[in-house]
Amino acid sequence: MHGWTGKILTVNLTEQTTAELNLPVNVYQREIGGKGLCGALLFEHFCHAWNDPRMPLAFMTGPLNNTSSPTSGRMTVMSRSPLTGAVCDASVGGRLGTVLKRAGYDGVLVTGRSEQWCGLVITENGVAFQDAAHLTGLAVSDIHGRLLAAPGLQKGAHAMVGPAAENGVRYAAIVFDGHYFAGRGGLGLVMAEKKLKFLSVSGSLKTDVFDRDELKAAQEEIYRLVAASPVLTGDLGLANYGTGALYDLMRSRRMMPTNNFRETYFESAPSMNAYAYKKRYATKKFGCAGCHILCKKVGAQGDIIPEFETMSHFSALVGNTDLDAVVAANRLCNEAGMDTISAGVALATHAEITGRQMTPAAILTMLENIASGRGDAALLGQGALRYACEAGRPEVAMVSKGLEFPAYDPRGAYGMALAYATSTRGGCHLRAYPVAHEILRKPVATDRFSLSGKARIIKISEDMNAVVDSLTACKFLFFAASLEEYARALQGVTGMRTSAQALLKTGERIYYRERIMNARNGFTAEDDDIPVRFFQESGSSSESIQIAPIDREAFLQERAAYYRIRGLDAQGLPTPEKCQELALPC
Amino acid sequence: MLKLLNKYAEKLVAHGLCSPGEPLVGGVNDAVIWNRPDPRAAELEKIIAALNINSIVCARPAEPFFSILNEHCHRSGAEFVPEDTETRTFLHSIPVARSMTAAEIVPLLQKRKGCVVEGHGVVAFGTVSPEQAFVVFSSIIFSAFVKFFVDYAYSQYAGTPDLVVAAMLPEVLAAYDTFLPAAARVDLERGVFSEEDAIFRAMAHAGQATVDARMVDSFFGNISYFAGDTVYISQTGSSLDELAGCIDACPLDNSASTGITASSELVAHRDIYLEGGNRAILHGHPKFSVIMSMLCFEPACENRGKCHIKCDRERYVEDIPVIPGEVGTGPRGLSSTLPPAVLGRRGAIVYGHGVFTVGTKDFRDAFANLSKIETLCRESYMRIISGPAPG
Repeated sequence: MHGWTGKILTVNLTEQTTAELNLPVNVYQREIGGKGLCGALLFEHFCHAWNDPRMPLAFMTGPLNNTSSPTSGRMTVMSRSPLTGAVCDASVGGRLGTVLKRAGYDGVLVTGRSEQWCGLVITENGVAFQDAAHLTGLAVSDIHGRLLAAPGLQKGAHAMVGPAAENGVRYAAIVFDGHYFAGRGGLGLVMAEKKLKFLSVSGSLKTDVFDRDELKAAQEEIYRLVAASPVLTGDLGLANYGTGALYDLMRSRRMMPTNNFRETYFESAPSMNAYAYKKRYATKKFGCAGCHILCKKVGAQGDIIPEFETMSHFSALVGNTDLDAVVAANRLCNEAGMDTISAGVALATHAEITGRQMTPAAILTMLENIASGRGDAALLGQGALRYACEAGRPEVAMVSKGLEFPAYDPRGAYGMALAYATSTRGGCHLRAYPVAHEILRKPVATDRFSLSGKARIIKISEDMNAVVDSLTACKFLFFAASLEEYARALQGVTGMRTSAQALLKTGERIYYRERIMNARNGFTAEDDDIPVRFFQESGSSSESIQIAPIDREAFLQERAAYYRIRGLDAQGLPTPEKCQELALPC
Repeated sequence: MLKLLNKYAEKLVAHGLCSPGEPLVGGVNDAVIWNRPDPRAAELEKIIAALNINSIVCARPAEPFFSILNEHCHRSGAEFVPEDTETRTFLHSIPVARSMTAAEIVPLLQKRKGCVVEGHGVVAFGTVSPEQAFVVFSSIIFSAFVKFFVDYAYSQYAGTPDLVVAAMLPEVLAAYDTFLPAAARVDLERGVFSEEDAIFRAMAHAGQATVDARMVDSFFGNISYFAGDTVYISQTGSSLDELAGCIDACPLDNSASTGITASSELVAHRDIYLEGGNRAILHGHPKFSVIMSMLCFEPACENRGKCHIKCDRERYVEDIPVIPGEVGTGPRGLSSTLPPAVLGRRGAIVYGHGVFTVGTKDFRDAFANLSKIETLCRESYMRIISGPAPG
């Protein structure tokens, strides 16, 4: 087998046993890796609650990991979300995906629940369980520091959960190598529920490549496109400013969620943009294994510079104009191991319901209390929707399927409205990412104030990103490259004959399977929706840009079209015909 | 959707790429619609059904492009591979189908964004907009045209002139002259401009004039103006004839990243301005300039095949430097190679890519020089193919 190792490590935490799962090559070719493999392995387990020991937590790499394919250092983590009850997967960077392949595994499938806090140490020579009680209560950087200092673990890649997960925060994250987050939907809480505190992996094995010349040719095509991409490598792009490069753009397009999405324009944004961080913190770049863009930024004194979503939500969304407070809030979330998007929206929901302005001090205190599960803030740790429902104001929770919205107001990019609604994960921008064409003009520009034709575009994009997360490549690369080049890379690595369109068909199957998983857990068209605010209230218009409410009828029509294109019934449920076509159980 | 289909059907005609009434453009959401009825639609709907796409263009190109495409088909197996930047960066190769059938076309479009159908024309698709299909259609024609003339010149140089092409040339060139617009007086704004409105107006007019003169195709090319401490530049993927709302203001100190959507050549433009003296830059893809950039008769050059990144010879078409450089940034990018080449000159040609020209006050010189360089290159080309093969 080329590209894949052919081995998946299965771990039973209850029994403290491990085994190897060897899947046939046709399964690998059908699922690719990452998200696809996770979905295939978890499919029949989705009847279990997120905290049922039988519910697996999967960590899967892709065939391109540990090869010279660009941005091949990522992996996918999947389970059922404690926040939403829906499918929850996260594509995560860092080194662990690469190193897991070097240890000889395509993935790790964890079930059961340990009696005591434990860690799992995986090497090419064996697997061991370790006691991890001494790591509880520690901040993420302390845990990471201790793992890096522990005998035998120094050279390893590490995934861990922090105090937020221990304290039951439903949007607790899994933190990889100290800085990379499987952030959304509470995968950290799933790991904590299993009493698995950390995963440490090291190895030195090589991944067999079928045709190095073919891979090199694909690599050159991809690098050429990346170099030609202003969004990625331009002076104002991600390589220079990180994802924060989007901050000014969202303001100028008047779609920056402000004051809990009541406004879409933040006056103070020019003094809180990526340039301001660069100047104040003298930032340097770093990034994932196998990536040459290096979109993450760190200050000269070691401060981690917030990503775009965090920058936006800890400033505009909560009305904060203190740059240092944004960095501090980001640090606090990172150290606690919790999702900054959900935390930001939870704070903004609180601010709207209580009518209180969030001062920098209040933001930091509230985040500390959420992470530690203290006092009233503990309810905010259960997510914006649960908090708003408790307050009798569910309509102010800016969520879809219970997952809080990131920093793109859908009134400024209508495709985003449909993408939030149809996402299997909930209020997530990454499933279809219509911002690419509606705002960033890639692959070409589309009319951001129109829903016309967006249903098919969203469906194709969801399929494409399902493939990207299965490969497991970085979505940012697809601002420049396409599946055309990655099909060649995949062919070079594995030897399987494929094409861009064949991969899209694979993506369609992977995504449809997630619709089935959600449907089995009661999700219907009622859940494929966005808050009423976006249909009733205007955003912050200017003389030249009108941010009007989205036409509800047009939205419903396009959602109905999406269902037809996706092969779902009028309730958004899978149909036997489509299941049969895709060879999936209904 | 229908509006978009009509827009790109009309653009194919307006750009001289197809005859009026020829382009067939389909769009798909939950049902397929066409810009007009056509007997080919039924077969094309089979292609749509087999692919994850949202739009398709099918058309027989106007002359001389149709004849050129067919000639490539005659000489090719499954595909042909021009070596210009469009192909190298975006198309990779141009597949060839021998019949207008879904059975033959679908496998090709599973791998590539468009294909040539021998005796029929071009089929191309988009996944988010018919604009992609339009761009691919246009790029295929551009790349095929360039390859046709480049290959012929090299056959001439090798002492084995391609007699089939030689026989075609008079008609091809006559048709190309018909494709080119009649020389018209172009009145671009005079100035030094400082107000945004005036800058945008001047850029829009210069961009439109460049498209009208057929010195750039589809959404390629870019344009900028430098005023105060800001570079005003066309957005990535914008069409020079549709610049309204598609110009980014990029401060020199990068204090705002709103221009993240700016052209991939922003850094090259900025560094040209920082060298001093210029206020306007115009970049087009005039065809004979690109063809001439790809003709190098240096014997036994060690960089042959890597000219676009590694050429270390000083090359000129008269006083115009021909330089290597890939699109965008990086040490091999034209952001590194272009600014020093343009210094003190009226412009430069980037290998396989296009021409950059400059103006010290407004776009009049930049536009005039773009046109003059193209004329110069066509004359140079004609001299090359008319001369005796080297002994």
